[in-house]
Amino acid sequence: MTRCAMLKHTRKEGMVSKLLSILVIDENTIRASIIEAGLREAGHEKVTVIHDVHAIARRIGEVQPDVIVIDLENPNRDMLENMFNLSRAVKRPIAMFVDRSDQASIEAAVDAGVSAYVVDGLRQERVKPILDMAISRFNAFSRMERELEDARDALESRKIVEKAKGILMRSKGLSEESAYQLLRRTAMNQNRKISEIAQSLITASELLGG
Amino acid sequence: MSASDPITAGFLPLLDSAILVAARERGFAEEEGIALTLVRETSWANIRDRIAVGHFEMAHMLAPMPIAANLGLTPMRLDLIAPMSLGLGGNAVTVSHTLWTAMIGEGPVRPDEPATVGASLRSVIEHRRRNGEVPLRFGVVHPYSGHNFELRYWLAACGIDPERDVEILIVPPPLTADAMAAGRIDGFCVGEPWNSVAVAAGLARIATVKAAIWRSSPEKVLGVNEDWAGKHEEVLARLLRALHRASIWCGAVENHEELAALLSGPAYLNQPATLLHGALDGRLETGGETGLFPDFFVPAQKAAIFPWQSHALWFYSQMVRWGQVPHSAENAEKARLSFRPDIYRSALKALDVPLPSASMKVEGALVAPTAVGVSAGQLILGPDGFFDGAVFDPAQLDDYIASQRPASC
Repeated sequence: MTRCAMLKHTRKEGMVSKLLSILVIDENTIRASIIEAGLREAGHEKVTVIHDVHAIARRIGEVQPDVIVIDLENPNRDMLENMFNLSRAVKRPIAMFVDRSDQASIEAAVDAGVSAYVVDGLRQERVKPILDMAISRFNAFSRMERELEDARDALESRKIVEKAKGILMRSKGLSEESAYQLLRRTAMNQNRKISEIAQSLITASELLGG
Repeated sequence: MSASDPITAGFLPLLDSAILVAARERGFAEEEGIALTLVRETSWANIRDRIAVGHFEMAHMLAPMPIAANLGLTPMRLDLIAPMSLGLGGNAVTVSHTLWTAMIGEGPVRPDEPATVGASLRSVIEHRRRNGEVPLRFGVVHPYSGHNFELRYWLAACGIDPERDVEILIVPPPLTADAMAAGRIDGFCVGEPWNSVAVAAGLARIATVKAAIWRSSPEKVLGVNEDWAGKHEEVLARLLRALHRASIWCGAVENHEELAALLSGPAYLNQPATLLHGALDGRLETGGETGLFPDFFVPAQKAAIFPWQSHALWFYSQMVRWGQVPHSAENAEKARLSFRPDIYRSALKALDVPLPSASMKVEGALVAPTAVGVSAGQLILGPDGFFDGAVFDPAQLDDYIASQRPASC
């Protein structure tokens, strides 16, 4: 597993026309398919997706990837990097990222939550579009997840406010509109969210056996 | 202090993140005017990358990681320094029930005597080979880790070739129990609480501990971005003082219950406090009995957080031994200078605490607690023996490396 043995193997650039083999490792199946689709749209035909890393050494042997894309949440990155150092599992040397000097790409990738490993000697202009694609799809996926979460939160708050209104209508004999106005005014006065006020009211009501 | 300097540090969910957690949760960082944010990570690779891109200024780190980074062994270029260690010990070797049963069939096995455990393991391996069975598989958390090196040291000293007689795989700490349950590994060397987690799940036995293989041995360090450290000397000095106070708090037995409760929180280790409390006291359920292991994890006593350059050189000697890096005077110097006792001393000199006068010591020489030369007050070191009685003298690095070379080379 010496470094010098790895570096001796730097690949020649005689294979420019060959299609790159890309391996995507992501336990999140939805995100993996979003990335796979993006890569295929960009004309990459040799894309393999792995969700489960257990038999990964064998799969890497079969796929012979030029580029490996992996999500940063994956705890198996240390295992994967070690594998790159062992010639037994991976026949070709793999370096990390497009280029060590391309700090901007590295930052964008880590910010997006993705990392890439590239066969040593592969030219930067061939790999950069792949990494850029992965970064933008990772970011898009996070955005989508955030929106979904916001929507879920909104739905949840609406349910809480409805319940709190019901309590006020029953206990104070208010109309639905007045109950809502009371919650809203209290929230504004206390500089809190209306759903927080509603939740406090529900909790208090439960404590009081209401 | 009015202004607060922000520092973000990464950590992995392990018992020896204790000093960082205490510095934040018990207010030691705040008292030094530092707003310390701790971010739990899922891999050492993430820790390294996030330091490289500036998300973290520093992190809880495997002691050999800064050495590997400075030797250019990591995929991403990054210069790291270790101005402080984060305690001594804390690891164990854990094996499956099947393997343990086979081992006790070979002779008496005592977890506090690694030689007995190794002798039985060697017999099991010989039987398996005669029967044409596949080699046993052991998991460690990282190639550049105390775990990898202490496991290999122990195996080799017991006549087991770590390269040929067993297979050593990389398994992330929180997945070790799963990997054993799935039968992918027969044993592992990992930091607490992950040995105790596997034992509590009824999956495994603790076979021996790091503190028995090499008493008072280094494990994690505070790994700091060298570039950042150069530009923020004063902030770093304040943080080191905060961590020093936190380490003393962590080392006091009467605080272990509270420390265990802190570490058990969902943002930290997210494991039962009782399980962590035992490990802090050096009291481990091994799977058959309650074992008491002296100095199992030492966060403060015996200059536990002093970054000995002899520790750095020992790790380097093992990196050479297992073919991770070729030996040269230049490489050895890079390894030694990865640990920075000078920064430690200059940060702590304002406090009235005993600071070791030397930056290196002969490892394995102390058979009993011994007072050593310090700047002020008194400092007791040791015992610090290797289980096989060997001694590492950093002044004789070349000879040590030569003596450990496999016979076939």
